[in-house]
Amino acid sequence: MSGHAIDARALTRRFGSFTAVDAITFQVEPGEVFGFLGANGAGKTTAIRMLIGVLQPTSGSATVAGYDIRTQAEQVRRRIGYMSQKFSLYEDLTVQENITLYGGIYGVSDRDIVTRTGDILTRIGLEHAGGELVREIPLGWKQQLALCVALLHRPAVVFLDEPTSGVDPITRRRFWELIYETGAEGTSVLITTHYLDEAEYCRRISIMVDGAIAAMGTPAEVRRAVGADTLDEVFLKLTRPGTAA
Amino acid sequence: MSDGPAVEARGLARRFGGDAALQEVSFDVAPGELYGIIGPDGAGKTTLFRILVTLLLPDAGTARVLGRDVVKELWNLRTRIGYMPGRFSLYPDLSVAENLAFFAALFDTTIAEARETIAPIWVQLEQFAGRRAGALSGGMKQKLALCCALVHRPEILFLDEPTTGVDAVSRREFWDLLARLRDEGLPIVVSTPYMDEAIRCDRVSLMQAGRFLVTDRPAEIGRGYPRPLFAVRGSNILGLLGALRGFPHAAAVWPFGEALHYTDARRDAAPDLIARELAAHVEAAGLTGVAMAPIAASIEDAFMWYMAQEPAA
Repeated sequence: MSGHAIDARALTRRFGSFTAVDAITFQVEPGEVFGFLGANGAGKTTAIRMLIGVLQPTSGSATVAGYDIRTQAEQVRRRIGYMSQKFSLYEDLTVQENITLYGGIYGVSDRDIVTRTGDILTRIGLEHAGGELVREIPLGWKQQLALCVALLHRPAVVFLDEPTSGVDPITRRRFWELIYETGAEGTSVLITTHYLDEAEYCRRISIMVDGAIAAMGTPAEVRRAVGADTLDEVFLKLTRPGTAA
Repeated sequence: MSDGPAVEARGLARRFGGDAALQEVSFDVAPGELYGIIGPDGAGKTTLFRILVTLLLPDAGTARVLGRDVVKELWNLRTRIGYMPGRFSLYPDLSVAENLAFFAALFDTTIAEARETIAPIWVQLEQFAGRRAGALSGGMKQKLALCCALVHRPEILFLDEPTTGVDAVSRREFWDLLARLRDEGLPIVVSTPYMDEAIRCDRVSLMQAGRFLVTDRPAEIGRGYPRPLFAVRGSNILGLLGALRGFPHAAAVWPFGEALHYTDARRDAAPDLIARELAAHVEAAGLTGVAMAPIAASIEDAFMWYMAQEPAA
């Protein structure tokens, strides 16, 4: 078994004649914040769905937290957290009820739920909001709370699919500070975003184009390899090779 | 088209239950202007747009679009306005061409009559004419929606977050299209949560919690930043962030791409002095290899500054 948090080898998924994910190979280390970038339709979401154990690959293999996504999907799902902008919390439950519900689903003991609830609410400054309905709290808090809930069971890897879309710039940065802390505590983070400034916050990034990984490395390495000054330019060169300015 | 402002809003306000979605918003859009409203989700952008396109009544204030009152003259206005709502609102089961024909028919026109207006967008869409709208990529969906908003040759365009969730390259292409339409004289009011897009507008208002924080040309907004601002770089970003926040004169410290942006609280302190003091401070905190330089503020720096000055929402 490898020591990687994520270890994908030639991971491939076809839908009919369309190859959504084309033999991608990459590793994410424990505690690493990894930016998983690409244009709309490049195959990011399909790749993530395979890595979180809800979609079988057509060929290739991957382990997440040391478990095989094909044969040990159940163990994989127990060891990961997942959050997207579209699905996070139950709006009709209170903050506290959401934490308790997710803690229960992930098998966190009642005693740990109580202590971790206190930690979470203090960490994001929501100490007094435990009894409020989630739909009543501002979007920025909701997204930070959703991240903390996804981390409640101390997963080895957390997958964040565009967690900061539409969030104000201050909250976006608070969110990233939470991500840094998460990495520093040893949980690996795989994150997608359309904000290219956020890609600079990642230790390493990969950029998918038409299902394949077109570039990978630290943001500085990727800029150098593609011959561009900014990630914006990198993106343009890789995804629209004919039109590079 | 009249020579007066394309949009004239005065003291617009709207509540939903106990929440003030929009508070005392006033602004003008000049003829042929590309006007941006920049703000995060929940800032009130959509409420403002819905009032301006006659779909929602304000609780207070007035607005005129193309010289016509949005409440009293709505029927006269509706055929003159092109509106692209924030949520994708085309028919996913109809093809690209069918969607366009449908919207043309609603406005009693045809694609042929609109050909010239939609030409710059249609050349990019044409290859997908037979594809179901639901099967388009995010960027192409938005181009189709723009096409449908233009098919009746409106005299003004309102685009509510047309680029949200769209990748960086498709966003750039979409803004290139808007620039072309503006150059042809069409006034456009567009909202976005992406601060970097403000630069593509003639003028922008930064919006938060139902209010405009500031309105100006994009270049002026950065120039108006009221404190000394520095970019600070180093290998240990998290350590650097903590050290800078602990500096007694720090007004704000935020991650900004590969650097940190540090704002000093002292309005008139010399940059050299600040840099020397900061260097000594981070060195005392045990951080080495730190580089810093004074920089011009971006729109996002300005947004965060003004946002922090407002009482918390």
